Amino acid sequence: MIHAGAGPEPVSGARQTPIFQNTAYAFHDADHAASLFNLQTFGFIYSRLGNPTVAALEQRLASLEGGRGAACCASGHAAQVLAFFPLMEPGSRFVASNRLYGGSITQFGRTFRKFDWHCDFVDTEDLAAVEAALDAGVKALFIESLANPGGVVSDLEALAELTNASGAVLIVDSTLATPWLCRPMDWGADVVVHSATKFLSGNGTVIGGAVIDSGRFDWGASGRFPGLSEPEPAYHGLKFSETFGDLAFTTHAHAVGLRDLGATMAPMNAFLILLGLETLSLRMERHCRNALRVAEWLEGHPKVAWVSYAALPGSPYRDLAAKYLPNGAGSVFTFGVRGGYEAGIRVVEGCDLFSHLANVGDARSLILHPASTTHRQLSDEQRAAAGAGPEVVRLSIGLETVDDLIRDLDRALAAA
Amino acid sequence: MTSALTYSDALIAGILRRVRTIAMVGASPNWKRPSNFAMKYLQEKGYRVIPVNPRAAAGGASILGEPARTSLADVPAPVDMVDVFRGSDAALEITREAIRLREEKRIEVVWMQLGVRNDEAAAEAEAAGLTVVMNRCPKIEYGRLWGELGWGGVDSGVISSRRPRLVPAPGRGTSE
Repeated sequence: MIHAGAGPEPVSGARQTPIFQNTAYAFHDADHAASLFNLQTFGFIYSRLGNPTVAALEQRLASLEGGRGAACCASGHAAQVLAFFPLMEPGSRFVASNRLYGGSITQFGRTFRKFDWHCDFVDTEDLAAVEAALDAGVKALFIESLANPGGVVSDLEALAELTNASGAVLIVDSTLATPWLCRPMDWGADVVVHSATKFLSGNGTVIGGAVIDSGRFDWGASGRFPGLSEPEPAYHGLKFSETFGDLAFTTHAHAVGLRDLGATMAPMNAFLILLGLETLSLRMERHCRNALRVAEWLEGHPKVAWVSYAALPGSPYRDLAAKYLPNGAGSVFTFGVRGGYEAGIRVVEGCDLFSHLANVGDARSLILHPASTTHRQLSDEQRAAAGAGPEVVRLSIGLETVDDLIRDLDRALAAA
Repeated sequence: MTSALTYSDALIAGILRRVRTIAMVGASPNWKRPSNFAMKYLQEKGYRVIPVNPRAAAGGASILGEPARTSLADVPAPVDMVDVFRGSDAALEITREAIRLREEKRIEVVWMQLGVRNDEAAAEAEAAGLTVVMNRCPKIEYGRLWGELGWGGVDSGVISSRRPRLVPAPGRGTSE
């Protein structure tokens, strides 16, 4: 978290990673330029494809997740496009959990259709349904390790086995877990995506995303992913899987994905995320400890119908959390207020310390009523599946003194 | 493939620092082939890379400025390292030739490319006193150990608080 990807800068000796606020990079000569454009040598051309500060973050995230390489990009949503881009063709299909963050459901179910990419949503707790959905034409299964907002934990090992057996790629959004709580690749994930906006940066300062590749998927042998295994016309017909081996996905993500989709991460944002990562372990410990205390307190409150935190003894996900999230079940969870939609809104509006806004993973505690905000675009049925029904309030527990947080919620619930 | 292969960074760095001349068996004259990519990169880093490619040699072709040779025997001494850019099956015969020519060419290392592994060949070469690396690419390893691979977002696996020296020239580098 502190060292990977960021040794002293060779020219100046600067110990903290410099912010390379820079657009383009000088070539030694025409032959060097040609080598770079042909992908024959390593180096920077133009910051849309790669930048030294962003590259330091990419290395650190790859190291933390146990991956081969990573590509950072403008946002978590951009990371999802970037992850699917090498795998999909017009008409391609993939399968996703029906409990995803609402914004992902909208992106996959509606916007991706404009690329002629098609997503089938399944209940990923029903392994038989997942197996049936993963037919030979499916490119990938997309899940969240720890789902937003419902405190749902995915059975990563079982889902990785099914996905692997079907020949598809397992993509895991691990934003709410962070690599400090869970490393999906240790359980068989091929690709991990993050919204770095959340706990990785940790201060609510940046929008950023990352795609990390395990390097383990054999694109050449599979034949299901022509973008990685067939000749690429824009690079003189080279085949990424043949030329770059286990670096194929990461190289493609920069040389084709970021080149043409253009959703690049700014160097300043990479710097802020690198800075955040230095304290990730300390922050996650405190986030998780605070969250457990608040969840336990809410469970005993008469106005609270239920609490979804996966580390609570009564949670149906407690065993999965113990297996996949042994250091804590994160700090984002939901609870149900007695009194439904109106009561939910009153609790949110009654807080003085919790901030009412649409984000998670901030040093500050956050509160939101998903049904009227982040999950507003979904149908009632989709909202229920995503754990965002009318009475649901979502919390993202921050780093404050936990007694202050409990006092704030107590006041807001009393007034609801 | 049987067990996974692990090589210490010190071993790989030592080879890449010591070696100056590489005979690349299977180097392609087609600039879009991976072997040509690797050869060009290694040349840029200061190594002399001599291509061994019988078909190219028969036509009198040069690859990246170096005349192609018919076989290892035709490569002028000294050859510090033989880089096998052929299939795993072909690696045994190439390695045996390297063992035969070891004294004459002063060969020290047999390196089999990423995806190439022949345990029988490795055992024979090691018994003959050669250093063997299999299933690795010298270009990727060079880039990994001296920081360039990370520019593309790839995890180098190198953690160091030492100020790196700029990329060393082969045979005299001191970067640690």
